[in-house]
Amino acid sequence: MSNTNNNVGFAIEAKRLRKSFGSNLVLNELDMSVDWGSFTVIFGSNGSGKSTLVNNLATISTPTSGEIYVAGFDIKKEKALIRKNIGVVTHELLLYSDLTAYENLFFYGKMFNLPDIEHKIELTAEITGAKDYLRKKIKHMSHGMQKRIAIGRAILHDPPILFLDEPESGLDQEALERLYEMIRSGQNGKRTILMTTHNIDRGLEMGDRVTVLSKGKISYDKKRVDINRDVFEGDYISLRQSQL
Amino acid sequence: MKRSLVVVRTILWKDLLLELKSKDVIISIVSFAMLALVIFNFAFGSSSQLASLIAPGAIWVSITFAGVIGLNRLFVIEHDQGSIIGLLLTPVSRDSIYFGKMLSMFVFLTISEIILLPIYAILFNTSIIHPLFLLIVALGTIGFASLGTLFSAMAVNTRSREIMLPVMFLPIVMPILIGSVVASANILDGGGWSDASRGIHIIIVFDVLSLIVSPLLFEQIIQE
Amino acid sequence: MISMRDKNLGTIRKLFLAIGGSAMVLNMYLIFMWVPTEKNLGIIQRIFYLHVPTAWVAFIAFFLVLIGSTGYLIKKSKLWDRLALASAEVGVLFTTVLIVTGVMWAKPVWGVWWNWDPRLTTSLILWLIYLAYLMLRSYAPSPEQGAKYAAILGIVGFLDVPIVYFSIKWWRTLHPQAVIGPGSTGELDSSMRLLLLISTAIFTILFVHLLTTRMSLRKMEERLEEANHIVS
Repeated sequence: MSNTNNNVGFAIEAKRLRKSFGSNLVLNELDMSVDWGSFTVIFGSNGSGKSTLVNNLATISTPTSGEIYVAGFDIKKEKALIRKNIGVVTHELLLYSDLTAYENLFFYGKMFNLPDIEHKIELTAEITGAKDYLRKKIKHMSHGMQKRIAIGRAILHDPPILFLDEPESGLDQEALERLYEMIRSGQNGKRTILMTTHNIDRGLEMGDRVTVLSKGKISYDKKRVDINRDVFEGDYISLRQSQL
Repeated sequence: MKRSLVVVRTILWKDLLLELKSKDVIISIVSFAMLALVIFNFAFGSSSQLASLIAPGAIWVSITFAGVIGLNRLFVIEHDQGSIIGLLLTPVSRDSIYFGKMLSMFVFLTISEIILLPIYAILFNTSIIHPLFLLIVALGTIGFASLGTLFSAMAVNTRSREIMLPVMFLPIVMPILIGSVVASANILDGGGWSDASRGIHIIIVFDVLSLIVSPLLFEQIIQE
Repeated sequence: MISMRDKNLGTIRKLFLAIGGSAMVLNMYLIFMWVPTEKNLGIIQRIFYLHVPTAWVAFIAFFLVLIGSTGYLIKKSKLWDRLALASAEVGVLFTTVLIVTGVMWAKPVWGVWWNWDPRLTTSLILWLIYLAYLMLRSYAPSPEQGAKYAAILGIVGFLDVPIVYFSIKWWRTLHPQAVIGPGSTGELDSSMRLLLLISTAIFTILFVHLLTTRMSLRKMEERLEEANHIVS
């Protein structure tokens, strides 16, 4: 998409981010910044606030306090511009199961005000390998194919930033990994990807930066090349236990 | 402005397409309203004189209760597979999402009424194809859909939403019901504009207020 | 932990209760012993000095729900939410009393328990709206959502009241009226008017006491919830 403040500062930046539900503080003064073009993995156990973090960064939830900038835009003032620049894949499909894949994608294309939607749908279906399934209802598809359409929905408007919130759900892992490699490159270069997961193997294989979210903060942050898998697993387990 | 119209139309198109495939909303409204009507008849007797007396009340009460059932469905379809999140992630104003959903509800109700009113006319032996009567129907439907959309978005997140929606919505929507029942009774009795104008004014005040307040509050509901 | 400030507030509230309580006893004496019996209506007219102040307090309460709700939606602070919730609860309580005293009045004066008089009917619908308001809080997915949803209902509900009233008034005038409306109770003499003012003032004191007590209770409930969270 156009009108990004590309190459200005960070792709994603959060400062002193707090989010509480009642008296339950889920994100506590969280600071993080994500470089353009990077693939960042966030590990965390269930209930560590991974989804809450993504929801706040992706304009779905409103933070209790703190600042967020995505693609250089202030989340308080320019939500619509941020929404143009991000794509989101969650454990839910975010699709209408009674509509066909084509109808779903057409609806979102219209909502994003895309020119030449038919062509964009073709292109997306080609990338995600869903070309032969466009005329099928979502509810009549296999889980794997549904996921492909959901990913197609997220990249239809060619956003430079992608949020993947626990995208795996017991699916064909290899196929998914290949798919994620394909969606890494957008039309204007490498996409920035932020992925949450609790699957250590998957995360270490795909990310080039590895972080752990615990007690509402980023408590571990290293480049993938500096990490020894076994040492990480030990560290991660002790981090998780300290959280309990 | 033009962009908002496209968004509203797109949401309407999507809802109509879904409805075309599932026929959920309209079928439940029509069948429930018919059922309520038949029960009314058992409760109040079937002499033709009585029929014209209870017709306005029976018509509006059955449409109101059936409409609440339709409203319950309006945001349930958005929660299927979390699609409401998908909708909120689109770069469109929250007002246009509200007006899109409101228009969908308005169209669902109008289609149901187009099916129901001729049936009522036959069952009650009254001619209801009167321009003023149709005006009352249209205005009442606007208010019902506009406030109902706000409450439906709220109720869908609550526990036992099937109960919460009517409990919240029916007392608030009472002026429309009263205005419609009395104004229709006046017209079916052979009255004209001067008899029905007061009721129509009440409905218009309700509509205007609801169309101003509901979109303002809608954003508060859908933003977590 | 109880802070000094809370302790002081508690003392003020106790004092307030003592003054208000004695005033209420005095009020009852004035209503049932001091004021002369109305000639046409007889002894039942005395309920008027309870009924009218109750209506006044209920109206103030629901107005405060509107204020608290609007404040909460703008500021998102718990203080506003407490004000709205406490006002709604006290308002529902007073509306209940209002309707019950209205029914007690109606039977001997009009010969029926209930006559769908615009004011009675509006009170009934008001009661239903704010009952839904209290229900909504307990059926909401989270306390925040509950507060937000209730605030929305609090605003819409209050704006709706005048429309409800005028629609019912219009509906009533078009239907045969079986009995005389409550507007025609005759002239009030000066001692009656004075007592009405006194009683209204004392009921307002009672309202303020109930409201502030409920608000501080709510604050404690919130703290308890917080403490439970830390433990679990």
